[in-house]
Amino acid sequence: MTVECFLKKNVDMTPPAIETENLTKVYPHGFLNLKKRTSLEGLNMQVEEGEIFGFIGPNGAGKSTTIKLLMSLIFPTAGSARILGKPISDIEMHRDIGYLPEQPYFYDYLTATELLDYFARIHDLKAADRKERVPQMLKKVGLETAGKIQLRKYSKGMLQRVGMAQAILHDPKLVILDEPMSGLDPVGRREVRDMILELKRDGKTVMFSTHILGDAEMLCDRVGVIVGGKLRGVGAPEQLVDMKAQGMEILFELAGQSTAPLLAKATRTGDRYRLQVPEQDLYGAIEQLRAAGARILSVSQVRATLEEFFMGLVEADRAQAAAVEVSEK
Amino acid sequence: MKRVGVVALNTFHEAVRDRVLYNLLFFALVMMVASIIAGQISIGIEETVMATLGLSAISLIGLLIAIFIGVGLVSKEMDKRTLYALLAKPVRRWEFLLGKFGGLILTLAVNTAAMGMGLFLALVYVKPTLERGDVTVFVAVYFIWLKLALVVALALLFSCFTTPLLAILFTAGIYIAGLYVQELRDLPVQVMSPGMTVFTKWLSYLLPNFENFNIMAQAAHSRPVPGAFILQNTLYAAVYCAIVLTAAILVFSRRNLK
Repeated sequence: MTVECFLKKNVDMTPPAIETENLTKVYPHGFLNLKKRTSLEGLNMQVEEGEIFGFIGPNGAGKSTTIKLLMSLIFPTAGSARILGKPISDIEMHRDIGYLPEQPYFYDYLTATELLDYFARIHDLKAADRKERVPQMLKKVGLETAGKIQLRKYSKGMLQRVGMAQAILHDPKLVILDEPMSGLDPVGRREVRDMILELKRDGKTVMFSTHILGDAEMLCDRVGVIVGGKLRGVGAPEQLVDMKAQGMEILFELAGQSTAPLLAKATRTGDRYRLQVPEQDLYGAIEQLRAAGARILSVSQVRATLEEFFMGLVEADRAQAAAVEVSEK
Repeated sequence: MKRVGVVALNTFHEAVRDRVLYNLLFFALVMMVASIIAGQISIGIEETVMATLGLSAISLIGLLIAIFIGVGLVSKEMDKRTLYALLAKPVRRWEFLLGKFGGLILTLAVNTAAMGMGLFLALVYVKPTLERGDVTVFVAVYFIWLKLALVVALALLFSCFTTPLLAILFTAGIYIAGLYVQELRDLPVQVMSPGMTVFTKWLSYLLPNFENFNIMAQAAHSRPVPGAFILQNTLYAAVYCAIVLTAAILVFSRRNLK
């Protein structure tokens, strides 16, 4: 066996940061718990080490259920999951995980400094490390001046920042964030985005759930789209929505009137027009527009967005649910 | 076990911040009023009245704390979801439960010890001379604390699988039933069916015997309590708490959080 082969074999043996196999969660409900509601159905997914993985889906799709299962806050009805190569039932493995719950709420009688110190003690950090790490984390999330204020006086955005601080306090290998941008103003969202990117630069794996597709598109190496408790697609955002251009868009200016037939298809905003044409017709369209006296400002490819892909899945799911309801009636 | 201590200290911290120990002021007020009344209505038995009133107040205040805060130990954490961030750390569910239990019994220890000392000082104040049997009041306070530890364990167990309101009702119900265990054992066998006899016998051994911990009369009359009895009650409370907490851990370890 060559050295390259040996190394490749061993590199390939590195377990994924997160691996789920047929993970399923069914909740009983109704009178005597006789009815069943499936929150998550047969989830098979892998999050690779060192990547930023976005878990996207509408409200109630199963994102939080998956994260709670991974954190052992709830237990699977079927299937299994492993984190950093260990089964999720192994609580000691939590030393290497940072977790931010959705809409986090902490002991409001504590100050942010006391809360972080408490969690640091839980993580067995030594007194000297705690003394160094706690103010460092508060500074990182922009709360260095609010560390001595009781959490009951914190705004939602400030609590979210404390949540981020406690998630990364112990320098975990994997950070799982449930809706980390929720409740934050644009500045806060930008800071969280920067923090996620910084974690990746530090070699951490980040998995976060969101229903804000722009964030996922901007940050993620790969995304998993979950709708109605089922995983509908996993891959890089550009792979999922198909990189192939759907056409070309020409942005041009035209002063005065023109009778060029192409203008009828263009969208006008003041003196500016946008016109979408198939890729093969691009040059012909440009010539026609120039002949009509237009000044071409830009030409760009038109691609489907993650949002369009996502909405397509959601609508298909709703249509399917409606069809099932009708057939049951 | 270190994490149990960290959780326990935080629970104690919470009680202090939530002003649970302010009840000591109420107790001080009760003792002041009691000493005035005792001085006026009872001639020669002031200390008996004071001891009875004081120990009843310690027991009642402790019971209210043990039941209401005991039930909230887990349910409040689940309702407010403060538990999520904690259980995502390397904390096992049993460590969390034992920590919460430890924190509240520590709070109750501080509380009952402070009230016990207050009662003793009040007795010293109304009594001309001290006798050896006067320290029985401390044993009585210790027994109250043991009883409260048992109540906290029960409250914790019920709050692991039912709503806070039902958990309060169940805990209070078991406490009241536990005061009548001896009566249950003394029921006349002749008037009961054989099945009923077995049932009441088993029930009387299943229920915690809270009357075991009541030595108010001995304390009021400064009668000493044998060491073997103190040891027996301590072991009884420890074993009963261990059984109830084990049940609570078994239930809570399988519980899906909301």
